[in-house]
Parts: sequence; C-alpha cells; structure tokens
Amino acid sequence: MNFRKYLVLAGVTVFAAAGDSMLSHGMKQIGSISLNHLQGVILAVLNPWVAIGILLLLAFFATYMTALSWADLTYVLPATSLGYVLLALVARFLLHEHVSPLRWLGIVLITGGVGFIAGGPELTTHPHVEPAETAHEPRVAAAPTPLLAKDARNGAPTAAGGVER
Amino acid sequence: MGHPRLLVELSDEFMKGIYTWSAILAIVFASVVGDVLLARAMKQVGDVGALWRRAGLGTVIGRTLGNPNFLLGVMAMAVAFFSLLFALSWGDVSLVAPAAASLTFIGNAVAARIFLHERVDRRRWIAASLVAAGVALLAG
Repeated sequence: MNFRKYLVLAGVTVFAAAGDSMLSHGMKQIGSISLNHLQGVILAVLNPWVAIGILLLLAFFATYMTALSWADLTYVLPATSLGYVLLALVARFLLHEHVSPLRWLGIVLITGGVGFIAGGPELTTHPHVEPAETAHEPRVAAAPTPLLAKDARNGAPTAAGGVER
Repeated sequence: MGHPRLLVELSDEFMKGIYTWSAILAIVFASVVGDVLLARAMKQVGDVGALWRRAGLGTVIGRTLGNPNFLLGVMAMAVAFFSLLFALSWGDVSLVAPAAASLTFIGNAVAARIFLHERVDRRRWIAASLVAAGVALLAG
C-alpha cells in the first residue's frame, strides 16, 4: 500500500459521504415519492442537489472501481464505511438531523471495525488457487503479463503470513 | 376525537417504517450482487493504475466497459441506487445510508468468501461484528 492507494481509498470515503448527503438534501426538498407516481423518481434528477449528488457518486464509483482492481472487496468496503462517520457529522452539522448518543456509539464501533481491517493485507486471494483456476479461463491468454505479474506480487505477503510490507 | 387521529398517525409511521426497511433490504440485495460482480470484473481488468501507465486511460476504460461482469454489476447497482432514492425520501439519511451500506458489508463478507474466494480471516470477521453492532445501534 503506497500513498496513492490510500488517496484512492480516501476519495472513495469522501465522495460516497458527500454524494449521499447531497442526495438526501435534494430528496427532502422533493418530499415523499408515491408508489403510484414512479415518474417522480426520474424527475428527481432535475433537482440541483440530486444532480450534484449523482456527480459525486460517479466520482465515488470511479475511485471504488480503481480500489477494487488491486484490493479485496472485504478490504475496500470496510474502508469505505469510515464514510458513515463523515456522514453523521454532515447530517448533524449541515442537515441538522438529530444524531443520538447511541448512534454516535454505533459510529465509534464502525470506526473500530475499520481499524481492524486497515492493519491487514489488502489482497488475500489464494496464490495456489488462482493459477489452477485461471489456467482454464481464456482471459489469461488475452492478458498474460499483468495477471501473472500480479499473482507473483500477491503471493509474497500471503506466504509470509500477511506481514506488513 | 383524539383517538382516531392518533391511530392514523401511528399507522402512517408504521407504514413509513415498512416502506423504508423494504427499500433498505432491496438496496442490500442489489448491492451485494453488484459489488461481487464489480469486484470480479475489476480483478479481471487488473491493477488500474499500472494498466493506465502502461497502455493509457482508453485501454482501462475500454477493458472495463467491455467486461460482462462489469455491465451486470452496474445494472445491479442501478437497481440499488433507485431503491436508495426511495429509501431517502421516506427515512433519515443517518439511518438509511449506514443501515443499507453496512448490512451490505456483512452480506458482502459472506458473498466475497463464497464467490470471490477471499480469505475472510479472524481480523475481518471481528471487523464485520463491530460494524454489525454499529449498524444495530445506528438503526435503534
């Protein structure tokens, strides 16, 4: 994990939290959408807050895809859940929603969970399973170099018992 | 006179809760399916940063958009997104967003182990439990 990868993970966190907040703000302006008037969901996009929220969520998606290209899903997802700490701060101080002490405790637990993940390896897919598995798949023939180089790199930390690089 | 109005208000709150939680469950299911497909797609694409430096951004985008798992994953995410819009119009953002995405995280821990063969070790299960507890408190 280098600085650039941490920056990508930070982007995932911030864009997700900011996007959700913008969406929430916009949807509150629009009000409840009736199940009988489903076109209301489409029209919601015309609200500027919803539009900005969607742009931010697109940025989130780009960083999320980048992170998933070199890290486990079970590594990236908890890292993104740090966004709920951000989200609670935004909900409390910008949207003026009530955040109870129990919810704050929940946020602390989520943060603790993220702390557990952050110390471990970001990629754990078995080096012994992958070559056997990929040997039967045509995609290896299309791009042999990156996949093999990646496997070799990933093999090292797993063999060493997940020691910090 | 006050009783009927009270009942109407109670049943309104109740139905709103049902709608919100149904939307949250829809988000969770669609997100787990989407996340697993997208994670698989991006592992097939390979390290985006390295690929970008070697072959350019066009190759990264082309290879990503041309991946069937990616397209299916995006469709699942679209379903999750519209469910999120519904949920947000019925409930508070500080309930809907953490509840949906953190329940998604738990579903993903199981799905990643089964479908992506990720090694979900004790460290990651502890993290899953902590986040699960956090979710329960956030929803309470």
